[in-house]
Order: sequence, then C-alpha cells, then structure tokens
Amino acid sequence: MVEEEGFRRYVAHIILWIGIAIVAFPVYIAIIASTQENALIANGQMSLLPGGHFFEVYYQTIFVGTTGSTREPVGTMMLNSLVMALMIAVGKIAISIISAYAIVYFRFPFRMPIFWLIFITLMLPVEVRIYPTYKIVADLHMLDSYAGLALPLIASATATLLFRQFFMTVPDELLEASRIDGAGPFRFFWDTLLPLSRTNMAALFVILFILGWNQYLWPLLITTRDDMQTIQIGIRKMITTSDALTEWPLVMATAVLAMLPPVFVVVVMQKLFVRGLVETEK
Amino acid sequence: MANVTLRNVRKTYPGGFEAIKGVDVDVGDGQFCVLVGPSGCGKSTLLRMVAGLETVTGGEIDIGGKIVNQVEPADRDIAMVFQNYALYPHMSVYNNMAYGLRNRGMKEDEIKSRVEEAARVLELSPMLERKPRQLSGGQRQRVAMGRAIVRQPKVFLFDEPLSNLDAKLRIAMRVEIRKLQRRLNTTSIYVTHDQLEAMTLADILVVMNGGQVEQVGNPLAIYEKPATTFVASFIGAPPMNLMSARADEIKSQLGGSAGEAGIVGIRPEDFVITADSPAGGVTLPLTVEAIERVGAETFVYGARAHDEQRVAATPGELPPGEIIVRIPGTAAPAIGEKIRVAAVREKLHLFSGDGRKRIEA
Repeated sequence: MVEEEGFRRYVAHIILWIGIAIVAFPVYIAIIASTQENALIANGQMSLLPGGHFFEVYYQTIFVGTTGSTREPVGTMMLNSLVMALMIAVGKIAISIISAYAIVYFRFPFRMPIFWLIFITLMLPVEVRIYPTYKIVADLHMLDSYAGLALPLIASATATLLFRQFFMTVPDELLEASRIDGAGPFRFFWDTLLPLSRTNMAALFVILFILGWNQYLWPLLITTRDDMQTIQIGIRKMITTSDALTEWPLVMATAVLAMLPPVFVVVVMQKLFVRGLVETEK
Repeated sequence: MANVTLRNVRKTYPGGFEAIKGVDVDVGDGQFCVLVGPSGCGKSTLLRMVAGLETVTGGEIDIGGKIVNQVEPADRDIAMVFQNYALYPHMSVYNNMAYGLRNRGMKEDEIKSRVEEAARVLELSPMLERKPRQLSGGQRQRVAMGRAIVRQPKVFLFDEPLSNLDAKLRIAMRVEIRKLQRRLNTTSIYVTHDQLEAMTLADILVVMNGGQVEQVGNPLAIYEKPATTFVASFIGAPPMNLMSARADEIKSQLGGSAGEAGIVGIRPEDFVITADSPAGGVTLPLTVEAIERVGAETFVYGARAHDEQRVAATPGELPPGEIIVRIPGTAAPAIGEKIRVAAVREKLHLFSGDGRKRIEA
C-alpha cells in the first residue's frame, strides 16, 4: 500500500466515493422503489425517499407473487435458484477436484489426450452446445427438474484446470511422505489434498455460486412449469406484462431479493475467497 | 532392528539414462551408513529406491532378511526424513507425528504416549499444537525427525535433512542426529553432499560418483587410504593435492618406489614448510600466491615451477597445478615469497595413471 499524504489522499477518496455513488445509486433506487406504491412509480412521481409499503410489498413478493405473469411467489423462485446454484457450485467443485486429482497424480493410458479433451471444452460453453444438450436432457426426462437445471452446467474445465495448477504446486515430498506414512491414494486425497485446497475451493465456490445464480438462458429453455422457474426468469416475466400495468414495486423487491444471496455468499466467504486467490503458502 | 543389503542394484530411467550402475552395499544392524557424492551421482536415487519411492530396475534390496523390491513404501518398515521436511502444512505437530500411526490402526493412547515421548526427546513438547508454519527451520526439522522416530521403524532414511538449515544449526543438529541414532540403535542410511557431515556421522561411508560406488568403508580408513583420485579429492577439505608422478621433478624424488604410479597425492596438512628434503618423500619449490587465515590454521596456495605437469582430479575442483598447504597457527610466508614444502614418504598416496586404482608402495 502506498502512503499518500494530505491533499492527494483526499482526491483519491473523493474519486472513490464518486465511483461508489455511481455503482450504488441504481441499487438505492431499486430499494426505494420497492417500498412505494405502484401508481406513483407508474406516474413518474417516485420520491427518492423510502415509501411506507416495505413490509406489504415484500410480503406479497415473497409469499404471494404478482397478480399476473409469474403465478408463483418469489419465495419459490428463490428456492429454485438456490438449489440450482448450490448444485452447480458444489457439483462443479466435486467433479473438477476429482478429475484434476486423476490427471495430476495417476499415470493411466491416454492421460494427456483426456486432459486436452477437458481443456477443449472451454471452447464449448452451454450456449454453443445448447441443442444437443437440450436433446440429451429431454431424452433423459430431466426437463423441469433440478437435475436438468444443474447437471449440464456442472462439467467444468475451468475449475479442473485451476485445481490441476494448484496440485502441481504441492510438493511431491508430501505425496511421498504420505506413502511412507501408509496413506493410500484415497487417504492422501482426503487427508492432505482436500484440506490444502480449502481456500481454493472457497474462492471457486463464490465464483461458481454467483455464476449458477445468474444463469438465465438454460433455465429459460428447460423449465416450463411455473413452480420450477428461477428468480432471474421471474424478474424478466414480471416486467413484460402484455395487458396489465407492470407491478414495479414487486419487480424491484424481486431484484433486491435476487441480489441478496450472492452478496451474502461474498460477505461470508470474503476472507477465504481472497486468501484462495492470493495464497502462496503451501 | 535390521540389516540393509543392496545387491547389484541398478536403476535405468525410461529414457535410457543409467542413474545407478550396479551398487553393492551392506549396512549392518544399528549402523549409520552415509551415502556421499557430488550432485547427480545417484545417491538420492539410491536412497529413494530403498524407501520404495523409485522402482528398482535390477538387483535386490534386502531389509532385515526380506527382499523388498516389490513392497510398498508403507510396508517396508522404514521412516524417511526429507530435505524440505515434507510436513503436512494443515496438521498440528502432534498430528504430523501421529498420522502414520493412525493409518496403521494404532490405538489412540499408544499413539499419544509415543508422540509425547518423541516430543520430549526432541524438545518439542510445548509446540505440539502448533502448525508447521509457526515453527523455525530447526524445529520443523525436529518434527520431521519425530515423525520418523514414533514409527519405531527398522530403518531410518535421511535425504539431505540438514541442507536447509544455517551453518550453526546444521552442526548442532548433526550432533543431535548422531546421538539420537546411537540411543535408538536403529539402522540408518543418510544422504549428503557435505563431506564433513559424512565423515562425522558415518559408521560406514559410501562414496559415490556417476551412479557407482567409488569406495565403501570406515570414514577414517577412507580418509587415510582413498581408493581412487576421486575419493582422494572429494573426502577432505581442502582437497588432496594431486600431481603427475611422471613429472621429472617428482619422479626423481620418488625413485624406484613409484613403480607404475601415474599420480601422486598429498594432503594439505601433510606438507611442512622446510628447507630439508626427507628421504623418499617429495619436496616442492613453491611461489606463494594466496594466503587464507581461518584462525587456528592457515592455508597457503602456491604455484609450482612446472605448470604443465599438473593433474586436475575432478574438473573445477582446483585450478590445476595449485598446491594447497595447511599449516597450524597464523604465521605464514608472504605472498610472492618462494618456499619449499616437503611431505614424508608415508604420507604420499600413489594412484594409477587414470586415477582409478590405488597403489600401495
């Protein structure tokens, strides 16, 4: 950290505060709008101070839902999104740490071709392979299910590569000491490699949870039932109402609610997250 | 308690590189064997083969009467101390030592008593709950030792365990390792490239070079009668002075006793600065080029008159032709001064012309 004296330091702080204001203002508007009456917002007379309908609006959003387009309370959507995001984050970490372990520590035929295959999938995100993936999920009767939502997104080259790079920095002597200490491949993985990967897993979890939470295209395709829709889809549906007035307080409340879990995850895991990204100590 | 016997052990890597070219070593029960040699001589590879971390291409490794070529490291009843200690960073000192015992299904109270006993011996008792990163280098080293001790194995293997410590600590730990090994009376194999460590620790010294054993034996015996010029220059610091015995200057002094000797070696401490010429010995006129005073003794570097007749035993070891003389105290000739140094007949080491054979006169 560079120490700055007096004036320059104030300038830096002012610039930072301006930045924060620009980023935070829309969020503030969303929160304010979610406490006002819809009629006021629709008329363009929204005040910049909180209105008096906070509990009413949020109660309706979470437990009742909009009167028109979504037909489900946001509580259900949040649950769906949460289950999907958790499945994706946990699933990706589990799959990729295991495959990285195999690639780094085991000599088996076609090890490098398999590694390259995994690597190549980086070039094939869901959006590119959307038709075949949809076909497979449909054939497996996984449409409108949590499995269908999460499974196709679990395979991850990025996380595999990240764990591979990390495993390659773990000194060979640790493996050798484990072998002499009578730890087989499973024990070495469980007792040594997993605890050492803790911060990496935390950092990945934060990134992957947010990635999963923000999924839009895939859930839009494979969920048709109202009770399976995720919150991102819900917000979109709430805004486009064909013949009724958009219920802006509810939309804004949903947007605020959609922000909360990622914020919560980041705040709770911040320490581990940062350590996972910068840690060099082995 | 066990013997370790290596019979014609070989290691060839898949690329065709021969790391170990047939090694025979016999380490008796409770003995401390040191493998010493320059970098890349295969000493670590050999140790790792005994540990079971490297496969054996040929020959037999026998621990306690059982051939272990195909036995997993964990089942060889050995414990190893690594150069970088290889402590589990996420485990406390206690768990680092207990881990191997738990994997063997030992009862927790037995583990506790063993770990506490080892911690007491190694003065680690106040640190059992700490993580390795909270320890100093010397303490980590002791934890690594503790992890080996608690296992009560048949054989201890040490892979340059002191090379990451500073000089002072290295000497202290060297003495500690030796004391500990004497008390536990466990057969040990120790790899180092430091000839001083090798000399002070070993019951049996194995000098290796290029994947082969140059000489095996008691360290003092090796010092006194090196079998090859490699051993002669590797064991002892500063190294033995090696000169061509064919040079007229030396040949005339050696007379008939030189026989077929091609190289004559004289240790720096066996020279005396004198005007006399001992009969049958070697006297050399030198021009003093450099002086090193280290307190109790002084090293005099001198150039001989006939530059072209020098022999470099191992490249880079010494500028060819420079003669090192070790004299007690600090009184030394001045730089540029011409002196005469002499060594008596009994202190000469004679070798064949290729340096591979010692000749007893």
